[in-house]
Amino acid sequence: MAEITLVDAVSQALAYAMRENENVVVLGEDVGVNGGVFRATNGLQESFGEERVLDTPLSETLIGGVAIGMAAQGLIPVAEIQFMGFVYPTIDQLLNHAARIRNRTRGRLTCPMVLRAPFGGGIGAPEHHCESTEALFAHIPGLRVVIPSSPERAYGLLLAAIRNPDPVVFLEPKRIYRLVKQRVPDDGEALPLDVCFVLRPGDDVSIISWGAMIHDVIAAADQLALRGISAEIIDVATLKPLDMKTILESVNKTGRCVVVHEAALSGGWGAEIAAQVAEHGLMSLLAPVKRVTGYDTIMPLFKLEHLYMPSIDRIAKAVNAVMEFA
Amino acid sequence: MVERYVRPEGEIVAQFDVRFSRFIEPGGKVVCTPLPPWADDSGVLIPIYRTMLQTRAFDAAALKLQRTGRLGTYASPLGQEAIGAGVASAMREEDLLVPSYREFSAQLWRGVTMTELLLYWGGDERGSDYRVPREDFPACIPVASHCCHATGAAYAFKIRRQPRVAVCFLGDGATSKGDFYESLNAAGAWNVPVVFVVCNNHWAISVPLGRQTAARTLAQKAIAAGVASEQVDGNDAIAVRAAAEFAIENARSGEGPRLIEALTYRLGDHTTADDASRYRDAAEVNAARARDPVSRLHDYLTGTKALLSAADEETMSAEIEQEVDDAIEQYLATPPQPASAMFDHLFSELPQSMLDQRASAEGEQDHG
Repeated sequence: MAEITLVDAVSQALAYAMRENENVVVLGEDVGVNGGVFRATNGLQESFGEERVLDTPLSETLIGGVAIGMAAQGLIPVAEIQFMGFVYPTIDQLLNHAARIRNRTRGRLTCPMVLRAPFGGGIGAPEHHCESTEALFAHIPGLRVVIPSSPERAYGLLLAAIRNPDPVVFLEPKRIYRLVKQRVPDDGEALPLDVCFVLRPGDDVSIISWGAMIHDVIAAADQLALRGISAEIIDVATLKPLDMKTILESVNKTGRCVVVHEAALSGGWGAEIAAQVAEHGLMSLLAPVKRVTGYDTIMPLFKLEHLYMPSIDRIAKAVNAVMEFA
Repeated sequence: MVERYVRPEGEIVAQFDVRFSRFIEPGGKVVCTPLPPWADDSGVLIPIYRTMLQTRAFDAAALKLQRTGRLGTYASPLGQEAIGAGVASAMREEDLLVPSYREFSAQLWRGVTMTELLLYWGGDERGSDYRVPREDFPACIPVASHCCHATGAAYAFKIRRQPRVAVCFLGDGATSKGDFYESLNAAGAWNVPVVFVVCNNHWAISVPLGRQTAARTLAQKAIAAGVASEQVDGNDAIAVRAAAEFAIENARSGEGPRLIEALTYRLGDHTTADDASRYRDAAEVNAARARDPVSRLHDYLTGTKALLSAADEETMSAEIEQEVDDAIEQYLATPPQPASAMFDHLFSELPQSMLDQRASAEGEQDHG
């Protein structure tokens, strides 16, 4: 079995889901003959036809909105927004409709849709292409927010998202679309949603992260290990609903918690995790929770983005700080 | 002296018309023939008239309930009853209604009950759990956002080869929004079975149509999207039904989407939280009352064609009065949902991480 990239794993999951269930349709800008600007839908139109792999007009509000209409009628739309910077018009649809249609009709109508969008910096893309605004979505009641960190996880989590009967925002860290390769059997095995994964067990500090940053966290943990610091790495994977049980168990064991995300500091999802650790795990803490994040600035154009995004060095320094505290 | 450059006129590459139709004028007189074949069929017209009367009676009762603190903020459909009744009468049961928030007559026609409407406007989600039109969308409050849902549902009908049509109601203000245009544009590009009905009541809260757009008609907005459209007198139930019948059957047979602009007038305030006397003249409202859709159809039905007798109308009114009373009684007797109801339909299954929040809400209620 060949090793595949994260973006290949997305295509593999989409193709599996479309074979498995004829109600699954894929829609978005350039997803058809072009196979998506990142090739995430490569070959799907050829295999499944133009009706099930639908090129939409250049209308982001519409993409979220028609998916809701399709989903209420029993289709399972997987909609792609080309870049996260273009997702905002359709937040209206996600917040006002996708997230609440089940609730407001007491379960009469439902919204089994997935909205995929690549996000995050680090590939030298133009303005409006690089932000990480996952916390905006995680704040919305009724939405699931899922972020994979590897090809294996992209395959398993995307299949789970498509099979889930409720709306899922599936954010793909494009910096690692082709960074790592893994063997990912095309066996239709989904990974569980709503759980955090312990990627590497450790004793001294819990490092909580998601998406592309996981790879910088692993690199930092490797460096720290050389100095005898044992870091437990948690891949949050489903940001909302958040599996605090796994995080609290880890912090309870290590006594130290560092949250790493690319997004801006204030009101980022790290704030939610820190608040819950304070609420439910205060007595297990040996040091204050530390966050390593982007700044509360506009994400700079790409010449400076490496200074904006948390580096391996910044992560290691934060871990050192909590280790030195106690 | 330099001569001013006169640019040559380009050749005409496209030309468009917007057609207006009206069959019955105020007073019930026929102004356009031939009338549709069902225009002397009481089996077609009496149910439409009945739904309009039901809507009006419901509205009067709802306003009373609101003013006595037994209903929340409420949007009156007064003056617009012919559009919903006329359009819904041209729909099949298996078609799909995607309404805005003032389409009581269409909803009542399709089997939404008065009790359900009262529950919804009375602040209870169960009001949108319609027992009868199970697949119809609930009222959409963020205007025009639901146009996308109609296009999406119609797409589902198309690829499943189902002979069904989605019918989306919106107001004049909604046609200023991008999601309206995006939905119309995609419906045209995909050739899906959807009909958009613009209830042009000339006021979007306090903003009159002239400040909403420079477009001479709202029907012409469909032309830009390559979608066929027309304008009808929305206070003439016969013109509305005729246009809707054509548009819906056209869409059903794969001929594509269509938009109907139905001209009407919002006789009441925007909602009970609004006071329209702040921004519009009583004279304008009084003039609009003379074009009232209910009395117009009444005059037609009781005129030379004698499709409705005074005795039948009296019986009908008494039945409707009873129906409204029963609905109010049922609404007021409905116990509120428990606190846990907030959690019951958030997801198909409540995530583990939210169990404590539900317990907390339940505890709050127990000690409340």
